Amino acid sequence: MSLSSRHLLGLQGVPKEDIQLILDTAITFREVLERPIKRVPTLQGKTVVNLFYESSTRTRISFELAEKRLSADAINFAVSTSSVNKGESLKDTVRNIEAMKVDMVVIRHAAAGTPLMLTKLCDANIINAGDGIHEHPTQALLDMYSIREKLGRLEGLKVCIVGDIAHSRVALSNIFGLKTMGAKVSVCGPSTMIPKYIEELGVDVIYNIDEAIQENDVLNVLRIQLERKAREYFPSIREYAKYFGITSERLERNKKDILILHPGPINRGVELSSDVADGPYQIILQQVTNGVAVRMAVLYLLGTLN
Amino acid sequence: MKLLLKNASVINPEQNLNEKAFDIFIEDGIIKETGKNLQINSGDVKSIDLSGKIIAPGFIDIHVHLREPGREDEETVESGCNAAANGGFTAVACMPNTEPAIDSAEVVEFIKKQSLNHLVDVYPVAAASVGRKGEILSPMAELKDAGAVAFSDDGVAIKSSSLLKRALEYSLMFNLPIIEHCEDESLAGGAMNESINSTLLGLPAIPNVAEDLVVMRDILLAEYTGGRVHIAHISSANAVNMVREAKKKGIKVTAEVTPHHFTLTDDAVKTYDTNTKMNPPLRTRKDVDAIIEGLKDGTIDCIASDHAPHSVEEKEMEFEYAPNGIVGLETSVGLAFTELLHKKLLSLEELILKYAINPRKVLNLNIPMIQKGSPANLTILDADIVWTVDKTKFLSKSRNTPFHKKLLTGKAIGVINNCKMFFDGKFTSI
Repeated sequence: MSLSSRHLLGLQGVPKEDIQLILDTAITFREVLERPIKRVPTLQGKTVVNLFYESSTRTRISFELAEKRLSADAINFAVSTSSVNKGESLKDTVRNIEAMKVDMVVIRHAAAGTPLMLTKLCDANIINAGDGIHEHPTQALLDMYSIREKLGRLEGLKVCIVGDIAHSRVALSNIFGLKTMGAKVSVCGPSTMIPKYIEELGVDVIYNIDEAIQENDVLNVLRIQLERKAREYFPSIREYAKYFGITSERLERNKKDILILHPGPINRGVELSSDVADGPYQIILQQVTNGVAVRMAVLYLLGTLN
Repeated sequence: MKLLLKNASVINPEQNLNEKAFDIFIEDGIIKETGKNLQINSGDVKSIDLSGKIIAPGFIDIHVHLREPGREDEETVESGCNAAANGGFTAVACMPNTEPAIDSAEVVEFIKKQSLNHLVDVYPVAAASVGRKGEILSPMAELKDAGAVAFSDDGVAIKSSSLLKRALEYSLMFNLPIIEHCEDESLAGGAMNESINSTLLGLPAIPNVAEDLVVMRDILLAEYTGGRVHIAHISSANAVNMVREAKKKGIKVTAEVTPHHFTLTDDAVKTYDTNTKMNPPLRTRKDVDAIIEGLKDGTIDCIASDHAPHSVEEKEMEFEYAPNGIVGLETSVGLAFTELLHKKLLSLEELILKYAINPRKVLNLNIPMIQKGSPANLTILDADIVWTVDKTKFLSKSRNTPFHKKLLTGKAIGVINNCKMFFDGKFTSI
């Protein structure tokens, strides 16, 4: 079994078999992470560059750890300024990196479509670690892995993505991946943060968080990106927390059992109250651990393709 | 120099001329004789057989960016004029978003001077406000005397309704139009049209209502002042409908559309090719259908390319960071023939109206006549030639086109104007 593409740019159009293969492969690596010696020689001799044009701590560390646990040579390349401000163009940077004979590039960039652009500029396998408000496929894969690990399946599950859907790459990748795997997907958030044409993707739109809690098996609660322009889309954090924040009181009022995911970092008291963030329904830290395993699976499957 | 054009179909809707197997005899740039089977009893006549070809009044593209002064690395007046001739145009109107802007008589005169000896006539469109900043009215009377044919802050709409009102009122004295890039500033700034595609691609989007709002404002102010507004590069279905209704009410509004806006939809952006990034952005099928309807019923008067040269380095950037615009002079006619004539949406006469007659009416320019005594200002067309766009062969200095390698049917094969001819890829004096 192997993947049908040599890059992972997003989950749009990725066949079910590929997602299944990544999730199944990740089980093996998840087991490796429990061993006393958490390293396998699978990608020995391969070089992976983590090309981060946007600041990121956890995604970069997760990838770096995944690469090291597969025995790949991992290089971090953080670019504080992109071509639009000053310095080298993306094209020149990528050509330079390629000239150093790297096998894979993990890219995070503020501009959508940059990973696709990279596939045209160099021969390495490209993994999208988040491009603008477009896709973040490994996050969605680790979310799906975590749901499946906990509930045993994805097919037929009702999953609601909560928060700023319009400016979230996590939302879009989750929608594509979950739909492909047979889940029923809805989105919930302030109407200004729901893309105008989202229903064309076959997802339901809910504006009432209590309804979202009642009707779903899983809530994937997104971080309200206070540092982005998101603040202009709702009147105040207080109002957001009041109408869309998940509190244990709200969970108890509506339902007994639900699974809560969050890609982190959490704004405590905004999208999740502290007691929910630390409570029995969430699997936030399992997601972090699973993230390493899923990224190992992606790196392994792409790195050993030929 | 004597030139005999033989056996062409000669069409000029403005003079009800539509003749087959027609000859035109030109001497020293002036049409000396027209008719069937002309016999010229003179030695040194260069004769060109144009059987199966079409001769029309010279085409004009009233929306081009020549980038001079300021970005001569992307285009100059001369290279832009060469591109225009290669695309079948004997005239262009160039937009004022140069550096410095065309907001003084000196810059208008400079551009006129740069084009002085060219086949292609260049008509500068001057800024409506000083520096295109939307604060103070530009010296319109002086600009007109220097040769400006219209006023526009193109690149953006005239910022405030009060300044637009004043510009419309002031320009009434000269009967020159205000050309408007219709886009609400507070809704602007996205990289593509807002649609399901912008969601799928994760790109910041411009909703078509950004265009509609300003089209509506401009129509209302044209009605109120009695001034003339010309809507540049119309792209949304609502805007087309509003212009149609305004025309019915007798409001002085005209509109142009670019070939890319009747050829492509925002599906083309799915490649993240920065050559599909323009402003206004490529819209949806519904908008394209409304544009075609508007072209058919006369709501849209002209086809203009919005020729916008950009350097390779700038267009090779990330999609969101790349500048807007594509070159269009050398693909415009081919796209119109392929998408409109051969799909039987517009007739040849209608195309000639939109390329040669209506745009000159918008700018109050004389319409070239194909008759004895008139200066020869002609575009020669081959409606059936099948050719492939090759950006490396463009005479423009820039190569930013989404139509590279596109197969087209029909093109302009030559132009004549100012005692010069461009034919077979060469400029000659006639």
